[in-house]
Amino acid sequence: MKIALTVDGTPRETVIDPGECVMDVLRRLGKTSVKNGCDRGDCGSCAVLLNGRAVNACLVFAAQVDGAEIRTVEGLEDAGGLHPLQFTALDGGAVQCGFCTPGMLMTALDLLTVAPDPTEAEVRRALAGSYCRCTGYVKPVAAILTAAALMREGRRG
Amino acid sequence: MAEDRAKFTVVGISERKVDGRALVTGKPVFAGDADVPGALHVALLTSPLAHARIRRIDTSATEGYPGVVCVLTHENTPTMRYTTAGQGHPEPSPYDTRMFDTKVRFVGDRVAAVAAESLAAARAAAALIAVDYEQLDPVLSIDAALAPGAPVIHDEDDSLDIWDPAHNIASVVAARAGDVARGLAESAAVVEVTVETQYAQHAPLEPHVVVTHLDPNGRIVILSSTQVPFHVRRIVARLLDLPIHRIRVIKPRLGGGFGVKQEVLIEDVAAIVTLRTGRPVRFEYTREQEFVSSRTRHPMRIRMRLGAGKDGTLHAVEMDAISNTGAYGAHALTVMSNTGSKTLPLYNRAPHVAFSGRVVYTNLPVAGAYRGYGGTQGSFALETAMDELADRLGIDAVVLRERNHIRTGETSPIFEELGEGRKGTPQVITSCALGECLRRGSERFGWAERRTRHPGDGPVRRGVGMSAHMQGSGIALIDMAAATVTMNDDGSFNLLTGSTDLGTGSDTVLAQIAAEVLGIGIDAVLVIAADTDLTPFDKGAYASSTTYVSGKAVEAAALAVRAQILAVAAGMLEARPEDLKIVGGHIEGPRGSVSLADIGRRSYYGPDPGQIAATASFVPEASPPPFMAAFAGVEVDVETGLIRVTDFLAAVDCGTAVNPLMTEGQVEGAVANGIGYALTEEMQFTARGRTRNPDLARYKIPGAVDLPPITVMLVDSYEPTGPMGAKSVAEIGINGPLPAIANAVHHAVGIRLTRPPFTPEKVWHELRKKSSVVSHQQESP
Repeated sequence: MKIALTVDGTPRETVIDPGECVMDVLRRLGKTSVKNGCDRGDCGSCAVLLNGRAVNACLVFAAQVDGAEIRTVEGLEDAGGLHPLQFTALDGGAVQCGFCTPGMLMTALDLLTVAPDPTEAEVRRALAGSYCRCTGYVKPVAAILTAAALMREGRRG
Repeated sequence: MAEDRAKFTVVGISERKVDGRALVTGKPVFAGDADVPGALHVALLTSPLAHARIRRIDTSATEGYPGVVCVLTHENTPTMRYTTAGQGHPEPSPYDTRMFDTKVRFVGDRVAAVAAESLAAARAAAALIAVDYEQLDPVLSIDAALAPGAPVIHDEDDSLDIWDPAHNIASVVAARAGDVARGLAESAAVVEVTVETQYAQHAPLEPHVVVTHLDPNGRIVILSSTQVPFHVRRIVARLLDLPIHRIRVIKPRLGGGFGVKQEVLIEDVAAIVTLRTGRPVRFEYTREQEFVSSRTRHPMRIRMRLGAGKDGTLHAVEMDAISNTGAYGAHALTVMSNTGSKTLPLYNRAPHVAFSGRVVYTNLPVAGAYRGYGGTQGSFALETAMDELADRLGIDAVVLRERNHIRTGETSPIFEELGEGRKGTPQVITSCALGECLRRGSERFGWAERRTRHPGDGPVRRGVGMSAHMQGSGIALIDMAAATVTMNDDGSFNLLTGSTDLGTGSDTVLAQIAAEVLGIGIDAVLVIAADTDLTPFDKGAYASSTTYVSGKAVEAAALAVRAQILAVAAGMLEARPEDLKIVGGHIEGPRGSVSLADIGRRSYYGPDPGQIAATASFVPEASPPPFMAAFAGVEVDVETGLIRVTDFLAAVDCGTAVNPLMTEGQVEGAVANGIGYALTEEMQFTARGRTRNPDLARYKIPGAVDLPPITVMLVDSYEPTGPMGAKSVAEIGINGPLPAIANAVHHAVGIRLTRPPFTPEKVWHELRKKSSVVSHQQESP
């Protein structure tokens, strides 16, 4: 079947197979920041915003997202530069291998949209489904809290 | 010299990762992101049986399946034995593996591979392969492997360097100094502890992935998620009977390795399909294959005996280890060697030391290199025994370590007796700040006060524990790294290094070292890394070697380039080179200055043009250990057996921290992995040897909510043989949590946990065995 969706602000139409998940479709559309770490919703590496909320793209059927709006980490940067979440991850040593980073940043963006001033515990809870094997989460959590402060002040970094 | 460090302007600064911007913006920089039109996809058929011979394999239905292009089995692939372990040559691991064998030795072993136009077709077609197996009795534990009359796992006659195949012994290691039996007999106190560690998996977020194609000249290009591109090239060349120069291996950004990508697991399959079909190929492990058909940490049973005088000075140390390498002996010998060599030199007071290790085959998933590399298992045994000794003698656990640890200027006979599966290299410690790590770590952690605090009488008991550790920096006199620095006509530089940044940030660290030498900012150094066509040889990323070994090669190449620049500048400025210095992109002399850009232009277009460039190699003569003191606080619920780690502190001596933020990150990540190893991570098997939990839901790695606050203290030291005082740091942090947490639990409730992971069930059973806990007993402070 054919679906139409908006990915990072760009309208796209694509033919999908029955049973195909959003992760595979997005990667086929060139959005390779959507990472396949487990293909079954355990690791969070494929998290994207679907109509504003974070989902594991490997767990959503492509057929379900006809007409939807999807944001990936590739759409965060704009003419003004890096998004605060990207800036603080880069600046705060929150990125090691970077494979989990896109999913983690989109998960964090979901949190900061509903809770602009989260506690550390809230950030950690939000990341419960976003595995990282490199960092021990110390610097990613700190970077997200810093990003939240920047965003509340309307700054980038 | 240490005094130079105050003058560093790039080293010691937390520069941003050179690849960081691409990573946070989600650019297609990983091997699996490569857009390869027309690529074939590979699916693997793996063994459903732990031990069986293949009588017959019928691929006719598969070959006729729509979209299938190539099917590989033992009937149409090379049969020479090799090892998948990506180590230097000659490889120390036994040649006991075939690409596809007539015998399968674990559930998950390779049986066949199918390449097809789509992954779905490849998978569907692979399922149609009919295999007639002759089932053999499986060997599913160390004891079963060593039992008289045990089934022989490697009964083939063409394997090489297996110690005793008839008795399932892959490798044997022994080393001794003095007379340990006498030493134990002479000791005022002797303690004995036996620990038994579990199957654990690395679980990098990026599973193994490879993309291959033929270049326009018919050479094969392998884009791989590997830690060892040059070893991949050498091993694949031999398997495919190709000259090494017909193969190009490129490692792009890598999504974590931790040792599991020091293994040639998928490149050979993709490459042979590309060779046979002329088509690009993409082959990616599923998460299940990443658990089952990949590599794991060697489970070990280690008996540790310590003898000491009344004051705690060690007199005799004996370590007796048996490891389970699974079906193949990848890293079997060397992990076992490191179990002793990365632990026993730590306490060099004892004149009598003995180490013996045996590595056995079983019909379980294959072990391999895993961050810590035997040192993790060995230091659990040693540090548990040290805790027991402290307890026995009534000496504070920190004080016992202070009395026994190796110091700057000292040596241990183990350095010479125990190397990488052979004799080692004598080594005098040239930097050791473990004393400071213990002192400052204790202070910050509040050790003295917390150690004497009452554990409580309620269901939740509190305790603290600690441990001390060493690792190494590369492999002395074996592993070489080379680097090339070339100057561009704008005064910037290209740094070509064969080293392999697995996500640790080592490309950035190497750029910082080059920039420091060349008197420029890191932005003026372009890193080109890990491409066997473009970059000089480097052993790869393992054994905590990149900062120390590759860093030293980079420093030497940059120094040579610097000398060339100063020679040119001396002519231009009419000064002697020794009177010149490079500051902020300019060469300043007594009578004027010239910019690096001027020199760069001149080197290209004259007068007297000539490329400014240098290549340097480095082979370390020693492997200077980083050191660490680890401290853990725990709460143990005596009703449920649940352990909660309340806080963890690691005080680390890694010499100069080239990039402090990234250095902390290495330790934080390693500690997190170690906490998972201590509390939750274990591959479990059915009675037939099938892995029960090959996914991230049932194999529990720590998430952000599962971890306590982790504090990392970088304790100042300077390694005179390292680049700008640096040692390496990647592995050591993972060794701390297991013993420190176990020792903290002992402090809290008096039970000695020896079989990780410390699940509530195990802890509860141990508590029930020790009735005194219910009526609570305070440990001696």
